[in-house]
Amino acid sequence: MNARTTVIAVAACVALGACQSGHDNFDKSTQYGPDPQLPEPSRALLPPMNVSKVVGWQTGETPTVPQGFRIEAIATGLSSPRNVLPLANGDLLVVESKKDGKEPLERPKRKVMDWIEAKAHGGGDKPSNRILLLRDSDGDGRPDSQSVLVDGLNAPFGIALVGDQLYVADTDAILRFPFRVGDTKVGDATKVTDLPAGAINHHWTKSLAASPDGSKLYVGVGSNSNILERGSGAELNRADILEVDPRTGAFNVFAHGLRNPNGLTFYPGSDVLWTVVNERDELGPDLVPDYMTSVKRGAFYGWPYSYWGQNVDERVRPQRPDLVKAAIKPDYGLSSHVAPLGLAFYTGASFPAQFKGGAFIGEHGSWNRPERNGYKVVFVKFENGKPVGQPIDFVTDFLKGDGARGRPVGVAVDKTGALIVADDVGNTVWRVTASATTS
Amino acid sequence: MAELNTRRESGVARVAAPIYLLLFPIPVVLFVAALLTDIAYAKSANIMWLNFSEWLIAAGLAFGVLAAIVLIVEFAASRAIRTGAVGWAHLVLFFLALVVELFSMFIHTRDGWTAVVPTGMMLSILGTLLALAAVATLFTVPVTWVVHRHVEVLP
Repeated sequence: MNARTTVIAVAACVALGACQSGHDNFDKSTQYGPDPQLPEPSRALLPPMNVSKVVGWQTGETPTVPQGFRIEAIATGLSSPRNVLPLANGDLLVVESKKDGKEPLERPKRKVMDWIEAKAHGGGDKPSNRILLLRDSDGDGRPDSQSVLVDGLNAPFGIALVGDQLYVADTDAILRFPFRVGDTKVGDATKVTDLPAGAINHHWTKSLAASPDGSKLYVGVGSNSNILERGSGAELNRADILEVDPRTGAFNVFAHGLRNPNGLTFYPGSDVLWTVVNERDELGPDLVPDYMTSVKRGAFYGWPYSYWGQNVDERVRPQRPDLVKAAIKPDYGLSSHVAPLGLAFYTGASFPAQFKGGAFIGEHGSWNRPERNGYKVVFVKFENGKPVGQPIDFVTDFLKGDGARGRPVGVAVDKTGALIVADDVGNTVWRVTASATTS
Repeated sequence: MAELNTRRESGVARVAAPIYLLLFPIPVVLFVAALLTDIAYAKSANIMWLNFSEWLIAAGLAFGVLAAIVLIVEFAASRAIRTGAVGWAHLVLFFLALVVELFSMFIHTRDGWTAVVPTGMMLSILGTLLALAAVATLFTVPVTWVVHRHVEVLP
């Protein structure tokens, strides 16, 4: 056993060293927007793995924001905060989340990848898998009390408030709690429906959004594999966005072929659902671009058979030309391996006018790429409900040298118009405000 | 050959030889098995066969490295092997098989079809042929490090 693992590990390191010395000449800005450049698939001898060791934030360190903005930590020392929900009264709900358990060891590759990826995750045995309520009693934008609103959850991620009902998407179920804005306690949980989880549960974050009228819930369920290498049986109702009736728990597939959809959000003032999607790995450092897209009912977005429309993925057998033909292109490329997990449209008024209606995207950051990509919050301007232009780096410097001080996940806009960012590896919640416009 | 067979070998060589003959067949069998599961995957596209191949090649390499270490010890300890062409042929073929199978394992770590078709399969065939050729060298002559103990106990 040990001998085998060692052999694989040594071999992996040798090949990794070779991979990491490679230079990346591709201009990744050509992959922003509706028509990204797609190079030929390239397959290294081994998949390049460049994960960032967690170094954490030192006292006084913060990410960087553009001139005219300021950023501060409003909660530190948390345990893997992944999502935030600002409430109308100024309270902030923070979802702390960690997936328990390891994926089954189906192939020796898993062991090596687990070993390398382990260093990219924050340690600590503090309690997680709960929802915290942060309250700002004096209205200075800085919470002064913190309490546990819901405890004992199972890797929660999605959270949505519809009237007096708080919906939470655990990794294996949608739960409903009676809750009114201003409460510091929730009522008893009711399970709305089970969600695909199981022993593998590879992409485990279940993003959640309620339709504007509150009659339907939409939940993103990521795939159980990179490109179907665990067989189709593992993918039932996965790589899908499900539409759930919150009264009965009945659901149907709203859209499919989205490898790992997160950040589900309705565009303000519309019935259009948007999502950010983590595309597939191991086709090279510049394939496949992750994307942001509006989601059309019943549409197929390619996974696993093709990407960005009709670009067939040769790794998947049997092939499905019928589905590939039907695959539609996403709206906006974000470049490859950035791992977008959070999406929020700017609905506030305190930022300059160009931000109105645009999208903030939390990019957790790459692993399958020699040069790291993502690890920041970007902003994409919208005009007439459509993304335009190139993304702007908005919250940056999560990396420090080879290490990661933090990694952004969920993003949201609070009632004052400030941007809230959950940083799971940095165990921090950040708040970005526009500084007084005196120049 | 007769001279080689009756030469007195060191104690280390006497111990290493039977250990080597115990270990050497294991990677050969595992590589052959991996080639069979590669063929099964290429014919069926059932991902189970690809997982089998990956385990078989990894295990083959682990035992192969152990066998290779013992073979190096045997070479260091036994002048009879060092001076014979057959021993060198065996060593070179077996080591080449291990190198090819190492690359094969890297290719097999890919997800899906391209883990096997075409490169993984070609490497599997090449690695298996090299391993079998290393086996064949043992049949060409009554190799000294196989039989010398029996020769010595004859009256």
